[in-house]
Amino acid sequence: MATMSLEVRLFAVARELAGSDVVAITLPTGATVAALRRQLIEQVPGLAPMSPQLLFSVDEQYTSDTTELQPGADVACIPPVSGG
Amino acid sequence: MNDSFTRTQLTQGPIDTASLLDEVASSQAGAVVLFLGTVREMTSGRRTVALDYECYPEMARRKMDELATEAHARWPLSGCAIVHRLGHLELGEASVAVAVSSPHRGQAFEAARWLIDTLKQVVPIWKKENWDDGSTQWVHPASDGETTKPNPPPQSPANPSTL
Repeated sequence: MATMSLEVRLFAVARELAGSDVVAITLPTGATVAALRRQLIEQVPGLAPMSPQLLFSVDEQYTSDTTELQPGADVACIPPVSGG
Repeated sequence: MNDSFTRTQLTQGPIDTASLLDEVASSQAGAVVLFLGTVREMTSGRRTVALDYECYPEMARRKMDELATEAHARWPLSGCAIVHRLGHLELGEASVAVAVSSPHRGQAFEAARWLIDTLKQVVPIWKKENWDDGSTQWVHPASDGETTKPNPPPQSPANPSTL
């Protein structure tokens, strides 16, 4: 099965828990955001407690767990936002 | 509103509210509303000394632009300006400003309220509390003052918020 490498940007509490502002993730091409979430938690267990609260953006738009990821996607992990 | 004004900005420096009001001013407008979000000292009985803001810059800009576009579509705005500050903010400083102008005041109040409420829900910006006991906490969005990483309670007695 073809795989793709994605660099997931991390912000705020997610960045601090991970100790890094980017995590490289390899997934089957076309994998969903749900699979990305599982893989991210596996690689960065410190994020597990807040996993249900994490959203993911692709190309600067929010996604759902069923969104399929393509190679080259601009992916970010979005903890609960608190601007204002 | 073909000639309506729009500006969105992320900035590291203080927000110039006078400029915002000048920008949204219009002879078409009978009302201007300016909302400022400011750094509050007391949250749920804990004392804040400062806030630190960070964002996902590309997406935050995009979401702020989308908010302005939608506000123009929903209300007959003459002007719409949204500015969010980043970095280290002291008590009382403005972290966010929304300025809108419209023919009538109801539209301006509604649009400003919708813009700040929606900004707080969708724009990827995060604030971290710097408590007076030296601890820090990223603010949880579910309810202001709740956090994802609870720290031990402070030793000082809880005081009701003054705001």
